[in-house]
Amino acid sequence: MNETSVPLTIAERAARATPEAIARRARGLSDRAVAWLFISPTVALLLALNVFPLVWTVRLSFTNFRANRPNAPVSGVGIANYVSVLTDPDVWAAMQSTAHFLFWTILLQTVLGFGLAWLVDRRFRGHGFWTTVILVPMMLSPAVVGNFWTFLYQPQIGLWNYAVQFVSGVDASSFSMIGSVKLAPWAIVVVDTWMWTPYVMLICLAGLRSIPGYLYEAAEVDRASRWRQFWTITLPMALPFIMLAVLFRGIENFKMFDMVNLLTNGGPGSATELASITLKREAFEKWRTGYSSAFAIILFVTVFGLANIYVKALNRVKSR
Amino acid sequence: MATATVHSVVEPSRRSKGIAGLIVVVYAVLSMVPLAWIFLTAWKSPSDSIAYPPKVVFRPTVDGYCSLFSTLSRQTPEYIAALPPPAGICDKVARARNMVVAGPSNFLPRFSNSLIIAFGSTALAVLLGVMSAYGFSRFRVPGKDDLLFFILSTRMMPPIAVAIPIYLMYRALGLSDTRLGMILLYTAINVSLAVWLLKGFIDEIPREYEEAALVDGYTRLQAFRKVVLPQAATGIVATAIFCLIFAWNEYAFAVLLTSGQAQTTPPFIPFIIGEGGQDWPAVAGATTLFLIPILVFTVLLRKNLLRGVTFGAVRK
Repeated sequence: MNETSVPLTIAERAARATPEAIARRARGLSDRAVAWLFISPTVALLLALNVFPLVWTVRLSFTNFRANRPNAPVSGVGIANYVSVLTDPDVWAAMQSTAHFLFWTILLQTVLGFGLAWLVDRRFRGHGFWTTVILVPMMLSPAVVGNFWTFLYQPQIGLWNYAVQFVSGVDASSFSMIGSVKLAPWAIVVVDTWMWTPYVMLICLAGLRSIPGYLYEAAEVDRASRWRQFWTITLPMALPFIMLAVLFRGIENFKMFDMVNLLTNGGPGSATELASITLKREAFEKWRTGYSSAFAIILFVTVFGLANIYVKALNRVKSR
Repeated sequence: MATATVHSVVEPSRRSKGIAGLIVVVYAVLSMVPLAWIFLTAWKSPSDSIAYPPKVVFRPTVDGYCSLFSTLSRQTPEYIAALPPPAGICDKVARARNMVVAGPSNFLPRFSNSLIIAFGSTALAVLLGVMSAYGFSRFRVPGKDDLLFFILSTRMMPPIAVAIPIYLMYRALGLSDTRLGMILLYTAINVSLAVWLLKGFIDEIPREYEEAALVDGYTRLQAFRKVVLPQAATGIVATAIFCLIFAWNEYAFAVLLTSGQAQTTPPFIPFIIGEGGQDWPAVAGATTLFLIPILVFTVLLRKNLLRGVTFGAVRK
């Protein structure tokens, strides 16, 4: 019997290879060196452009530095900036606007997104094409979207106002979505929902498609109603996906800046002034660098803390 | 589609399919209306663009695109009558509105800044990303999970929070309002996405391929270049497109750190103004040109969208 005709397994071939130490020297770098060579540029870049600025922000937050007066004497002020951020009524107003925005966008997007995913999962003819069409808004630039919605929201000539008049009979020139204190918070909710419902839909769709068919078969055998199947199979099985979508949307909308900045710029007055917009005003319009650094750190810690708690909850749901 | 067979046993009835399809199509069409409106507005004359009731049927003109690409100045009819015949179509439509073309606008330089910065940062982010992803995927790296989480967590920071020190740092280094500065910054933001996505893609390539190559006498680097990279090509392209879209769409850093030289398109579009406020056909034209690449990319990416927008957390 000719042994060489038998295809050798990789392990056998590896065993026959030259002893490791010699092999390594002959082949150049060790695995460990390669690993570090490959990973360190990324880490270095992130240290320079993410960690270093963050540490700097922390340092600035304890001073009275103003970026528009680089030569003025800088002195440490301890935690004074943090105290004034936390006792500033404007900051709390911004937090309330952010909470309103977060609550309604997440609620609407989850309900609409899940509903759409549930419908798309019926797999009617052409569902792939229409899914792609629905996904388009979420890929667009939020800033450009915010800018062109100001056009749609123009009183009288705007398409939105005209559509509202057409549907409800309210005169198109009698209201202004971005000019009225009452409507502006809803104007940003509408645009964000238009833009990001597809995102929630996409993730929910993955969740629905991951539900094994035999669960429904078993339910059919047990003569469970469709309604019951939905509440005992569909929703619980899709829940981790819905929660994941809510997590991503929550983090993104807590940081929301670009779309709202161009749509309303926080106005009218401060009706839509979300946390990031307040931060921009303090940092780059009033140039209170120390104060805004403290605010930035508070925001970052809040997002990070909430996200961590939420991820723990998500993991508990997943492992159920 | 493989997933379609998973729960096909309880196939929805024809009627329920029909109703579901109808609702989804109505939603899809309605959600396209704002976009379609912008694309239409780009072909309207300035007066048609602000007509009441909004005009769906109108005579298309190139006014919008002309005022987007050129700077117009108003002149007296006598001055215009004395000019030589118009040099191009834009000159012609401008003269009909008592304007003359005074020179090119800033749109093209801004648009090319967007292109240079988006492609530059994507190339760098994918290069760094594929290297780190391979490192994390194939080697035992001490503190791997912490490092990966650290890389992800840089994405949670509100951009404005790090914008202050980056602004100061760039001012000190002479990088503010430069393309290089923006490329480096966008690379740093995109690399977290690139590492996470590419790690997912590389994890899916069986190790046996490289091991066989190593046994055949390839070095690690050769195996990486000649075995892993070709296998990961689809994943690399998908990742690159995601990075491109992000850099293309980014606004917060662009508006805070650039003013002229390196300004990209998103902060520029709101400042396209004509006589008396925003020149809507020109803004709509800019928006159209800016969004079309994204539409193309969305169609190209549709199979990998899910993965991209969830940092690889959800695959399939």
